[in-house]
Formats: sequence, structure tokens, C-alpha cells
Amino acid sequence: MNIEESKDFLVSTGSLKEVRVFSREVFEKLKLEQELKDELVLAIAEAAQNIVKHGYKGVDSTTDKMQIKISMKDSELEIGFFDKGKAVVPENVQHRKLDDIKPGGLGTFFIKQIMDAAVFKKDEKGWVNHLVLTKKII
Amino acid sequence: MTYKVTEEGNISTVFLNGEIDMDVTESAKEVILPLIEAGKEVHLNLKDVSYMDSSGISVLIESHQQALEKGNKVIVKEVSKSVLKVIMMAKLEQILNLE
Repeated sequence: MNIEESKDFLVSTGSLKEVRVFSREVFEKLKLEQELKDELVLAIAEAAQNIVKHGYKGVDSTTDKMQIKISMKDSELEIGFFDKGKAVVPENVQHRKLDDIKPGGLGTFFIKQIMDAAVFKKDEKGWVNHLVLTKKII
Repeated sequence: MTYKVTEEGNISTVFLNGEIDMDVTESAKEVILPLIEAGKEVHLNLKDVSYMDSSGISVLIESHQQALEKGNKVIVKEVSKSVLKVIMMAKLEQILNLE
């Protein structure tokens, strides 16, 4: 089944629940297994959280929106994240070492565990950052 | 997220309910950390937590570490399947006290 759905969300921690609801609705349509749906929702939520937490670090509140686009074509799932926060330097996006037990630094690790690839792309549509997560759905 | 706290001797059990994400972690910490600071043995019951992300995992780590500093412990109880999977993904099942 091929699908393409996108939605804008206010950049806010209060939007993270809406992000999960949107993601679950899309994956419901794709009839994915529950365990896979849970993993994908976690990856999407972590990426959205990174936008709020890092892209808008030091910003108390904003009217900016972020856009999430989920598409599936020929068993290739692609999830795009668009935002207008601080420009990400991909080389600086690192997760902490797992044996260095301390709060924080796990979101990017979860994304890498769940998805096949996470790539920042150049975008010409007025957004600052465009992250693309992909995964082959078997 | 909602919560309920019960007391029995020096044990405070915090029953968390709902989804634990970045939006509610400060609220969760405001409930849990003062109990640890007060010298209580804190039991976190997660049977009604349906979702937890890395922010929620951070609350578990911070609680665990603060308790250790106080010479005490936090026990994480009745973890739902979906939350256990996230804990295991973070390779924390041998670090946190799970029951």
C-alpha cells in the first residue's frame, strides 16, 4: 500500500502527543504490526522532540510550525521532518555512549536503532532543516 | 500523565499513568525526586504507563542515580511490555532495579 500524509504541528512539547496520534493513525492505515508501529512512533516522537529541544533551545515559546510527512512507496517508508529552528550541523548530532549512564542523549540512539537511515537534506522550500528517516518495511 | 502516591512505612509507591514524554517529565520529577530527597525508598509502578520515550527514561535514570547518592534505591515495578522494550533498547534492564 502506498501512502503520503503530512501535518503541521506547533513547535512545542505540548504537540508531541499530537505527533504520536498522527503517526499512529497513518501506521494504522498501513496495517503495520503493533510492535513495529510502536517503534516507528517512538522514532518519530524522538525526532520531533529533538526539534523542540535542540532546534529551539533557549526559545520559551514560538508560533513556528514543524511539518512531518510520512510516505510509503514500494515498501520503503520515508518520514520527513521540516523545521525553521537553528540549522543543524549533522556531524554534531551524536548520541551518548550507552555505558555512560546519565539522563539524556538517548533520542538519537533510539532513532538509529529503529530506522535504516537518518539523513539531513538540503531543502529549498523555505525550511531550515529537513531530516529524512527511512526504513524498508518487509 | 496522572499519578497517585501511596505510603507504607519508608516506602513511597508512585503509580504513574498514561504517556511519559518531554511534556510531562518535569511534573514526574516534581513528584518523584522530593520523595527520594526525603530518604524514602521509592517504588515506581509503571503498569499503566502505555508509552515512554527517552525523556521518560531520563527520569528513571535521574531517580535511580539520586537514590544511590542518598544510599537508597528506586524500584521500578510492573513495567508494561511497551515500556520494557524502550528500557531494553537503552540497555538499562541491568542498571535499573526492575521487578
